[in-house]
Amino acid sequence: MTGGRAAGTGLTGGIPPIMPASGVNALWDSVMRDVAAGRRFAGLMATQRPDGVLLSAHIAEPGGIVIREAQLPPGATSYPALTPRLDAAFWYERLIHDLHGISPEGHPRLAPLVLPRRDDAAPRPRPGAPGGPAAIQPDEHSLPRHVMGPGLFTIPHGPVRSGVLESIEYLVETPGEDIPHLNMRVFYKHRGIEKRFEGMTPGDGLLLAERTEGVASVAHALAYCHAIERMSGAEVPWPAALVRVLHAELERLANHLDTGTRLADAAGLAVATARFALHKETVLRLVSRMCGSRFGRGVVVPGGVTALPRLDAADLLTEVARLERAITGDVNAAMGTSSFLDRLRRTGPLRPERAREHGALGPVGRASGYDDDARRGRPYDAYPALGRGDWLPHSGGDALDRLRVRWDEALGSLHLLRQAADELAGVGDQPLRADCAVVDGTVTDGRSVGWAEAPQGEVLYDLRIEEGRITRCRPRSASFHNLVLFHEVFAGDILTDFPFIEASFGLSVAGVVL
Amino acid sequence: MSPWVLRGLRNGVVTTRWPARPDPYASGWRGPATVLDPAAGEGADGLEGLCPTGAISTQPDGAGPDGAERDGTQPDGAERDGAERDGAERDGAERDGAERADRGRVRLDQGKCILCGRCVGARPDVFGWSTGPGAAALTRGGLVVPEIPGTAENLAAIRDGLRARTAALQRSVHLRHVDAGSDGAEEQEIYALLGPVYDVHRLGIFFTASPRHADVLLVTGAGARGMIAPLRRTFDGMPDPKIVIAVGTDAVSGGLVSPSYATTGGVSDTVGVDVWLPGSPPSPFSILHALLLALGRLPTVQQTAVQQTAVRQAAERQTAERRTQRRDQGEGQ
Repeated sequence: MTGGRAAGTGLTGGIPPIMPASGVNALWDSVMRDVAAGRRFAGLMATQRPDGVLLSAHIAEPGGIVIREAQLPPGATSYPALTPRLDAAFWYERLIHDLHGISPEGHPRLAPLVLPRRDDAAPRPRPGAPGGPAAIQPDEHSLPRHVMGPGLFTIPHGPVRSGVLESIEYLVETPGEDIPHLNMRVFYKHRGIEKRFEGMTPGDGLLLAERTEGVASVAHALAYCHAIERMSGAEVPWPAALVRVLHAELERLANHLDTGTRLADAAGLAVATARFALHKETVLRLVSRMCGSRFGRGVVVPGGVTALPRLDAADLLTEVARLERAITGDVNAAMGTSSFLDRLRRTGPLRPERAREHGALGPVGRASGYDDDARRGRPYDAYPALGRGDWLPHSGGDALDRLRVRWDEALGSLHLLRQAADELAGVGDQPLRADCAVVDGTVTDGRSVGWAEAPQGEVLYDLRIEEGRITRCRPRSASFHNLVLFHEVFAGDILTDFPFIEASFGLSVAGVVL
Repeated sequence: MSPWVLRGLRNGVVTTRWPARPDPYASGWRGPATVLDPAAGEGADGLEGLCPTGAISTQPDGAGPDGAERDGTQPDGAERDGAERDGAERDGAERDGAERADRGRVRLDQGKCILCGRCVGARPDVFGWSTGPGAAALTRGGLVVPEIPGTAENLAAIRDGLRARTAALQRSVHLRHVDAGSDGAEEQEIYALLGPVYDVHRLGIFFTASPRHADVLLVTGAGARGMIAPLRRTFDGMPDPKIVIAVGTDAVSGGLVSPSYATTGGVSDTVGVDVWLPGSPPSPFSILHALLLALGRLPTVQQTAVQQTAVRQAAERQTAERRTQRRDQGEGQ
């Protein structure tokens, strides 16, 4: 296939359908109808508009993302909560309360999530509104500490933890060994990213998107650029679509190998740890040989990519083949090591019905039998033309199945890499970048949603541009959507299972709190 | 028999010997942007606007970008140690450039550089990439290129002071890492130091869980306000002597994430930083370089740019040969 083939059929639909609802209750009714019809609740956000706060729910369906919206009256300080009807909105509504200061009435636990403050009336960032406070100092003492029953005590685990990890605090409530209840405090590394996007040019916004969740830079850049391309009606040239797939899959491979490394490390398998770490380093070096950055930054731009890989396709294919041999051998050895599997089996189980209700994303959802892969369901770039490969379905939902899903995905990535490199070898001298009206300024206003399948699961960008500047950008990473499930996966597990469960989720805290 | 015994031997020694021996991946690493020719940018308009983080300044009086001037912990900007730099093209271009720059002109604060390459793409005659792992500096002002003239005096004193503090550690150095609002990539690069390729244990460097056992604090992230207190507590919990390394452009200056209501624009307002390492994220070799710079353990032989290039080329040849050999021997199954 060498011709100037149109890629990314999923992206050419103009702006996504926006369905305004007449009131908040009508909005929730339509969201609940969507969920009942099998569509997935993909997120909820609030935007401060001149005429009041706008609530936007994202609904994922085959082929795209639909936005359902309702406007609160100006000056409204509360609205009826969605969480009592839909558990998945639990963190979303807490976040809205933190950022906007409006209260979802009837929310079961409206404790601060990213901005704990003693003074509830102090100014809030209010994404969407110009300006905002210059500094907000979080106050951890304003968070409730509660223990559920007699004989229990709390082990505060974090935010500075053993090992090289991102900052988060787990409050493990335990009678000694079991973990009947667990709480999370994620606010520590909140960086105010949503607000930071505002006022940026679309070009600068891309750089920030790449640094929103650093281990999934490519996926964030893709989701961001897809939103801009949708607004501009731009078609990504075929070679660029292939280069995007190469980088996205190498990123997935690196992340899954990292998860494998951490699980092997937790189990004390020194050689396996070293082997997976070696393979991951090989992948990162391959990425840096291709583009200069170990995390694929600076490759994806609105309308296409900056350059072809500096490695020719034949070398790339050789590297992929070598990686495949090495990874397959070590994966087979690890999955045959009983002392390793014993630690993962039945550890941290997520029930399939919970995964489905919540719309669990990425490998976490797939391990519990809920597979909504954006590369398949809402394909973009070169994915419609490439095969992901068929995987055995998993539904055990434990750490072992999550790891199995990751290995399937890793091999699927290698499969995709091979196809994309093959295709790339055949493309001639073609442009790598289509013009984007939003970037060159011929279109100055727009609003759209973009998505991509990160290693952690689907990442979603809701982007609004007015007069050539970003006025609202809400990145919703899979880490944010999935981490809340952590509350539910400790039944029957003990303290020493903790590192396995955490590593098996494979999430990034940076993507959770932004 | 466990399959892991043979698997562990499969690829032989994969560990780098850097810094004792050159490593092509280290010397070929693309670091922050640098000024190749300050004179070329003289009088050009719009250079400052090229940079999304405001790292470029074109003031005619030789003052650095405001980020460096704001530096409260160090007296002015001091020179970065040329002997400890790996950057072949950087060294030559810069020394040459520094004299001309006094007349005016383009300066770039690498402490703010997020490696987006916008300046390099727009004005390749003025800006280029630095190469090698040696991005770290002992002062905040030392990250400004070309160096600010007349401010080199205290560098030796700073270096000696640092060396005196770390002398007792010898080959038993313990690190503690704290994330103060990173994007998550820096953690992975630091974690890589424990892997088989970089293996810091060979240098007598170890990670520790407890601040009480730590000598060096690696801080990542833009200085999230929620992490001020935990970071401060960790720092206070460490015994003297202690060294702080700001890892990554976010930690050095706040990068693109700052200004924001939730960050303090880098970590230096919370803890006194001894070594400043830009990068987005810095590579494991750069982090290793920063560590050895702090410990005064970098090889002191000053190589000329020509020698360095020769060494690099020789090393690259060797690696290529080794690779071919290994491939011929069939490393596959």
